[in-house]
Amino acid sequence: MSPAKPKIKSSDTSRPGKAGKATPPDVEGLSYEQALAELEKIVTSLEVNKLSLDETMSLYERGQALTRHCVDLLDKAELRVKQLSGETLEDLPADS
Amino acid sequence: MTASWTVTDLTRYLRELLESDEVLQDVWVHGEVSNFSRPASGHLYFTIKDSSASLRCVMWRSAVPRQSFIPRDGDAIDVHGAISVYEAGGQYQLYADLFRPAGEGALYQEFLRLKALLEAEGLFAPERKRPIPPRPQRIGVVTSPTGAVLHDILNTLRRRYPLVEVILAPTAVQGAEAPAGIITALRNMVHYASPDVIILARGGGSIEDLWAFNDEQVARAIAASPVPIIAGIGHETDFTIADFVADLRAPTPTAAAELATPNQADLRIELSDFNNRLNHLLQIYQSEVRWALKELQNQLDKNSPLTRINSDLQRLDELDRRLGASTSHILQLARVHLTGLLQHMAALNPTAVLERGFAIVTNLARQTISRVAQVSRGEALSVQVSDGDFDVQVSGTTKQRS
Repeated sequence: MSPAKPKIKSSDTSRPGKAGKATPPDVEGLSYEQALAELEKIVTSLEVNKLSLDETMSLYERGQALTRHCVDLLDKAELRVKQLSGETLEDLPADS
Repeated sequence: MTASWTVTDLTRYLRELLESDEVLQDVWVHGEVSNFSRPASGHLYFTIKDSSASLRCVMWRSAVPRQSFIPRDGDAIDVHGAISVYEAGGQYQLYADLFRPAGEGALYQEFLRLKALLEAEGLFAPERKRPIPPRPQRIGVVTSPTGAVLHDILNTLRRRYPLVEVILAPTAVQGAEAPAGIITALRNMVHYASPDVIILARGGGSIEDLWAFNDEQVARAIAASPVPIIAGIGHETDFTIADFVADLRAPTPTAAAELATPNQADLRIELSDFNNRLNHLLQIYQSEVRWALKELQNQLDKNSPLTRINSDLQRLDELDRRLGASTSHILQLARVHLTGLLQHMAALNPTAVLERGFAIVTNLARQTISRVAQVSRGEALSVQVSDGDFDVQVSGTTKQRS
């Protein structure tokens, strides 16, 4: 099994966007919500569907990346606070 | 002549008379405070009065800690207590156990009236309550921009769910302009920020302080909001109309922030669960694939040419062995047969016959003579015996009669 891993990785990177299905967006660009929703979908898909080795491995790796991304977002998150002033949003002074 | 009362007896009689009156034992009195004093004993002494009468009051030290406020001279208050007589002073007075700011009673009546009205309209109905999104991306906070409440809410959100974006719509939450301010803040929040959930909050205070949240128009604005609203107003024991009409009531502003957000500790557990499930699924998949591969390998092995070659080789060996066995048998037989033949041949050897005294007669043409007719008188013949030959001449012939 382990020899299959690098193979799938290399095939993934060597032909971006031509894998027969839509290439998933870069994990880094996803919000926590989006990443979590996709992670849930992947786990369900792996649980329910019988997939090929290639599909299974790429879903697994995507799931791992999504999990790491979510943890990363939690680790780095800083509360963003804005104030509604009439009709416009302004950054709230840091002292509040 | 009628007998006289003692002062003590008469005073006691009056005290018992007053204390036996149910109305006087559970009474609210409204008036303005004067002559307020609080000596070292800790008891409170004061007078309440209106334009034409006054009433002496005392509150024992034990009742003081239960008060939400201590009045001062000039305050208009409601006092609750029981009327009795201070015998030594010969004075009736109110033994007070509860202060209430004047007007609160009327406010409370108004609160009950509005609550009944809106309840009858169905504004508090459970089926009107919308679910609070479990993981909001944007939270609206409608509260005072100054003070501890906003600080507490932001701290709670930061600790629990720092991923969220917070939009503050500042408004006065107390005073005459507060209801209009709250309504505008709610409307602007929905229009310009579209949050997933709104926290409407205010710190603790008296019923008057919280009154904006008992305003009918504020209540209707909350009910009309397309975005779910969590009310966190006052302390746990404070109930306002806004609490009833909101989609969710939180006992305090901090609790409202907690109810609006997941806890990141739980989120991390959830993520770790997902990760475990992923790994588990991969392991299952890998063992299934390994098993299938092994099955294929077995089948391949079964049908391998090598297997057939080996099996053929084995068959060849077997044939070879059997061949060897049968060949030697045949040879053996042949050998026996041959030996027999040799013996037979030996028996037929003419030399051996010559040893026994027979002779072979040949003519000059080396033809063996076996009949009389082959020779003629005077012909020279050769006679071969066991150790050589000699020449003879035919002197006569006799043909044997047969």
